[in-house]
Amino acid sequence: MQWETVIGLEVHTQLTTQSKIFSGASIAFGAEPNTQACQVDIALPGVLPVLNRGAVERAIKFGLAIGAKLNRTNIFARKNYFYPDLPKGYQISQFELPIVEGGALTVQVEGDKPGDKTVEKTVRITRAHLEEDAGKSLHEDFHGMTGIDLNRAGTPLLEIVSEPDMRSAREAVAYAKALHTLVTWIGTCDGNMQEGSFRVDANVSVRPLGQKEFGTRREIKNLNSFRFLEQAINYEVRWQIEQIEDGHKIQQATVLFNPDTGETRAMRSKEDAHDYRYFPDPDLLPVKLDEAWIEQVKASLPELPEQKQTRYRDQLGLSAYDAITLTGSRAMAEYFEAVLAEQANPDAKLAANWIMGDLSAALNKAELDIADSRIGAGQLAGLLARIQDGTLSGKLAKQVFEAMWSEGGEADAIIEARGLKQMSDSGEIERIIDEVMAANARSVEEFRSGKEKAFNALVGQVMKASKGKANPAQVNDLLRKKLGAS
Amino acid sequence: MTSTIKQLSILLAEGKASSVELSRDYLGRIQALNHTLNAFVTVDPDKTLAEAAAADARRATGQADALTGVPIAHKDIFCAEGWLTTCGSKMLSNFVSPYDAHVIERFKAAGMPCLGKTNMDEFAMGSSNETSFFGPVKNPWDTARVPGGSSGGSAACVAARLAPAATGTDTGGSIRQPAALCGITGLKPTYGVVSRYGMIAFASSLDQGGPMARTAEDCALLLNVMAGFDARDSTSLEREKEDYTRDLAKPLAGLRIGLPREFFGAGLSGDTAKAVEEAIAQYRKLGAETVEVGLPNSRLSVAAYYVLAPAEASSNLSRFDGVRYGYRTPEYKDLTDMYEKTRAEGFGAEVKRRIMIGTYVLSHGYYDAYYIQAQRLRRLIANDFAEAFKVCDVILGPTAPTTAFKLGEKADDPVQMYLSDIYTIAVNLAGLPGMSLPCGFDGQGLPIGLQLIGDYFGEAKMLNVAHQYQLATDWHTRAPKGI
Repeated sequence: MQWETVIGLEVHTQLTTQSKIFSGASIAFGAEPNTQACQVDIALPGVLPVLNRGAVERAIKFGLAIGAKLNRTNIFARKNYFYPDLPKGYQISQFELPIVEGGALTVQVEGDKPGDKTVEKTVRITRAHLEEDAGKSLHEDFHGMTGIDLNRAGTPLLEIVSEPDMRSAREAVAYAKALHTLVTWIGTCDGNMQEGSFRVDANVSVRPLGQKEFGTRREIKNLNSFRFLEQAINYEVRWQIEQIEDGHKIQQATVLFNPDTGETRAMRSKEDAHDYRYFPDPDLLPVKLDEAWIEQVKASLPELPEQKQTRYRDQLGLSAYDAITLTGSRAMAEYFEAVLAEQANPDAKLAANWIMGDLSAALNKAELDIADSRIGAGQLAGLLARIQDGTLSGKLAKQVFEAMWSEGGEADAIIEARGLKQMSDSGEIERIIDEVMAANARSVEEFRSGKEKAFNALVGQVMKASKGKANPAQVNDLLRKKLGAS
Repeated sequence: MTSTIKQLSILLAEGKASSVELSRDYLGRIQALNHTLNAFVTVDPDKTLAEAAAADARRATGQADALTGVPIAHKDIFCAEGWLTTCGSKMLSNFVSPYDAHVIERFKAAGMPCLGKTNMDEFAMGSSNETSFFGPVKNPWDTARVPGGSSGGSAACVAARLAPAATGTDTGGSIRQPAALCGITGLKPTYGVVSRYGMIAFASSLDQGGPMARTAEDCALLLNVMAGFDARDSTSLEREKEDYTRDLAKPLAGLRIGLPREFFGAGLSGDTAKAVEEAIAQYRKLGAETVEVGLPNSRLSVAAYYVLAPAEASSNLSRFDGVRYGYRTPEYKDLTDMYEKTRAEGFGAEVKRRIMIGTYVLSHGYYDAYYIQAQRLRRLIANDFAEAFKVCDVILGPTAPTTAFKLGEKADDPVQMYLSDIYTIAVNLAGLPGMSLPCGFDGQGLPIGLQLIGDYFGEAKMLNVAHQYQLATDWHTRAPKGI
């Protein structure tokens, strides 16, 4: 039987506020346990929550960025359950009226093989709601006991819930990556997956291809890398299909992915599911969003990745692949646009090739983000200008690039200092060709007897004799003329 | 000892008494009488006297406020830094608060020494003070009787002159009903006027702190200290500061008093009905008119309240889990066992009953039928009041259906106990201000309370109405015999 996979993601994005969602304590990562937990966070008797305006603003920003409806009145509710790292015995979240509803994200899904055309996919977003994070339970180092660190308790989260629109692990990863790019792009989340700023839960089910009804889903919790997301879904899908084909029924459950074994394992079944007894939090008033505020946030939004991609394709003539790569992060797109702005004769394709090629390679090797690139956009534009005006061949340009990367400086200065200028004086090139032809009479003979290969050998010799500075196109022309003439 | 805080403030201002002297006198009375009344959970004379000495020093520098140096007792629901803050529960029997509630901060800033923390029904759940882990408070008028609740310790200590004033909180009548049963004056402000920060939550959408004292004038002075915006409480209202004494002296000619017909029917004891009728006659003498009003949905207020208050309480009390502070069972197998034993041992029967009711009404499948339905009733009840206030300035009726009942009389009958608050609960559901003031005695010499209900932010008007009555009557000056 042919099976179809159905996936929906719930992504917890930690918001980039200074302080917690309902208290003034810092949310900076990595502090000593319980040093960033104030009396509100540890839920002393009598304390009350006060909503952080910055968290609401970030939620508005996200809602606008995905074209969602912003609920002008939205409500915080209590989700009641007992756990030692949940100090109040309830989590303040949003239930019936979340701040963001609807919206969508269009993503490019890679093909089966590298180089295959990408496929566009639109994933609808059900809702995004504000909530507080819980603390952490530390099971190691306490000799059979559990340590509780409440630094994370009250950290603001925007939980982004998608519709079950994805049909493969690859689509899920493409969506998760696009969402990651978007939230870091608009600055609502720092996207740091190691620190847990961007955590993914995947709801996975399978059904016979063509069936309308969804299969029973299992939820894989807390995936903190795109690789694990892909592995976990692929494992889960295989497991579910096997179960069904073996005549078992899938039971609704929450599962955990073990990166060491690559397997998913049930944590709790539906039978132990909590009744969270949601009800509106009487300590917090309904949040009213006023139009002026929304307009203000809208005005602060940068051009978004999807908008840039369209512009790069339609106005700059770049391929879809180039457009996606260059909008992989806001810093990348900003760098690209800065190079274009510095170019006297903007050549988007040339700039794109250098950024995606040599520059990306150098950044990867040095483990640097493009924002911290050793070569600034102005420097790169200077280099590209010398390629455009024929001063540098591709090969020379690479040498200039390397020198610029390791020692800094402007392209013109490097060219001058190292004498890397391309040789375009035809008299000079002809002189070298004459010498090469005299020294390689055999190759000349072979060419004349019809061996085209010999031509390339001669070009190589000329380039070598010119120390790579001869303009290759000119060498080609002149050599062909001379070989034909004599 | 028979002085009001107004009189004490004059003594202090004229240098005829020091705060240390006054505090010593009250502490002496507490020491002599608290073992009979059980009105205080915690007394700490050293702390009180240190605060009193600081108040005297402040007065010496000319920095005194109106009430600087006047001592006050605080209900043990208010967190006070360095003080045991038990909320009447075993669960918090070892909890020393590391911070001050907003209300405590206000009284400290006013320079008013704390005489001690007063006994109360456990987590403010009760109408007789019998649910306290620290034992029931006795009514100073008859120590075989209850003082009312939940602010029973505060009411009893003011009635017995162990303190000139005290703070209380009122979720369904917890200031007004004990004020009535102990023959004192108590006021519950409009929801949002007094910050709830640091006031241990029972039912967040209903809880409101307020003053308990001998007179309406004292309540006005105390409300001046307690009221005010607090950014740490999102339900605290940002309004201009007002002087609640400003209208006290206004004559009542032309005042329209609304009499809800539902408050004068069956269930009201004869003596109470008679005393309230006499109070109405007194008001007519003072120039007020009366108009009959209807509060048809108020009969549903007890039912709505006993869905909403337990629902909120079941969630508010989840933090008492033995993990971070308070009581933890000494022996347990695992986490679930620790939770279960801690909460089984740490909470009393009434608190458990309400947690169970609250958990039930919020459960999947019952939420709409109970919680949502009760919220609708709440709106209907508030609408009734809004209609009534179109034709009257203040509403008047009894505070409680009966005078103080015997200890143990209703302890095993929760429904009878809940009906003690039948006239007060609707006010909390609507978020309105209300107060109780003494208006007579029954055949057994037990005090009877008169309830006034104001429109939103109508505290000054309500206090004016109460004060004018107290200028014309002397019920509020009577003290229990032998105390």
